[in-house]
Amino acid sequence: MAATVTEPGSSLKYKTGDWRAFKPMVDKEKCVNCLLCWIYCPDSAIIRQEKWVEINYDYCKGCGICAHECPKQAIKMEEEQK
Amino acid sequence: MTIIGMTGDEAVAHAAKQSKVDIVAAYPITPQTIIVERFSKYVADGEVHTGYVCVESEHSALSACIGSSLTGARVFTATSSQGLALMHEMMYIASGLRCPIVMGVANRALSAPINIHGDHSDMMGSRDSGWVQIYVENAQEAYDWTIQAFRIAEDKDVQLPVSVNLDGFIITHCMEGVDVLGGNVIAEFLKTRKPLFKLDPEKPVTVGALCFTDYYFEFKRQQVEAFSHVQGVLDRVAKEFKGVSGRSYSAIETYGMEDAEAAVLCLGSTAGTAREVAHTLRAQGKKVGIVKIWLYRPFPVDEVKAALKNVKALAVFDKSISFGAQYGAVCSDVVSALHTVDKRPRIFNVIFGLGGRDIKPSDIEHVFNEALETTKTGAVKQETLFLGVRE
Repeated sequence: MAATVTEPGSSLKYKTGDWRAFKPMVDKEKCVNCLLCWIYCPDSAIIRQEKWVEINYDYCKGCGICAHECPKQAIKMEEEQK
Repeated sequence: MTIIGMTGDEAVAHAAKQSKVDIVAAYPITPQTIIVERFSKYVADGEVHTGYVCVESEHSALSACIGSSLTGARVFTATSSQGLALMHEMMYIASGLRCPIVMGVANRALSAPINIHGDHSDMMGSRDSGWVQIYVENAQEAYDWTIQAFRIAEDKDVQLPVSVNLDGFIITHCMEGVDVLGGNVIAEFLKTRKPLFKLDPEKPVTVGALCFTDYYFEFKRQQVEAFSHVQGVLDRVAKEFKGVSGRSYSAIETYGMEDAEAAVLCLGSTAGTAREVAHTLRAQGKKVGIVKIWLYRPFPVDEVKAALKNVKALAVFDKSISFGAQYGAVCSDVVSALHTVDKRPRIFNVIFGLGGRDIKPSDIEHVFNEALETTKTGAVKQETLFLGVRE
């Protein structure tokens, strides 16, 4: 009723990855793990690993902020294939 | 029985006090001012334990009411005219979020030109906002319906905001004897609100979530469903209210309709004058009657059909104009209700009382005579009669 969501934290159940037109691709060789992308990502879709970052494609909407902010050009935006 | 001299506004404030509302957020505007003035005095004097939120506008008043209602509180507000117009945006949010807020509306004309007197332009302008609408005839009804409104609004099958409309000045400012009930009787009648969902830090919920093409339509359909429950709930509540007060209410009230050939259909205080005129005419052997609409939204289609089944001519009174439409709002509803009926009366629309223009018994007698003439000729002389205007 009234679009009430009765359970907290339920946005995890709403995957927004399919909104994406461009997909960020991380070059693990170039990544220095500075975590600027992790700070800037508006959807908390950057996953920290030991030596590089990965992308959580379930929630990444493909905005490209990570690629724009990366000082090492380690993230490239590639068009999604149907 | 305790009879107290009260204006309509005071009766509404007294009813809200006895209904033990948790929160009032309101902004004063003529002719509603006395409602919130009285209520703020109850708060200042410690007669109630209500949180009184002073706001800077009616938009904020209803916003604060919505937030409060979502926490599970019983909420009351009141406004009029331009104030209601300023609430317009929030009215859809109150109904869409299913907040059972009760609002007293002192019906008043809308600017321009600026005018403080009574007509129905304000609420008719918000008639599609998803609020249940009740129109009262006098201070007693204003008191009784305000109390019943909380029960209807908060019913689990309804969960909709309810407006109790009282004609500006004619009801809001006229002193009448009002039979008030004891506080404990009302507490027992209303009980405590039981919300289906509420904002609670211990058990968080999200309200006002985004719905696009995928779900919005279903939530609107649910509101239609809630409206379909209103009349049944109203009848149940009214029956119980009769038990404690001795006074009977339903969706409509009729007078003389058992044999009337010519009738007047109206809302609010006009019904009192019309009844008096009908009483006099009936004593002269003229078969006239009146239908008063208490519940205007949802429109009581079946009751109106049944009340008008033997009538030959009907005048529908509208105290507002729907510019560019064939008829005023009420007349359009009546024509719609009757269009599936084979044997229906000849109908004409009476636009009257705009900006508080007085309607006299002689005006209503003129309308009854026009309707009686129509029963003989079978023809309507004028589809829309502007009653009491200079032109």
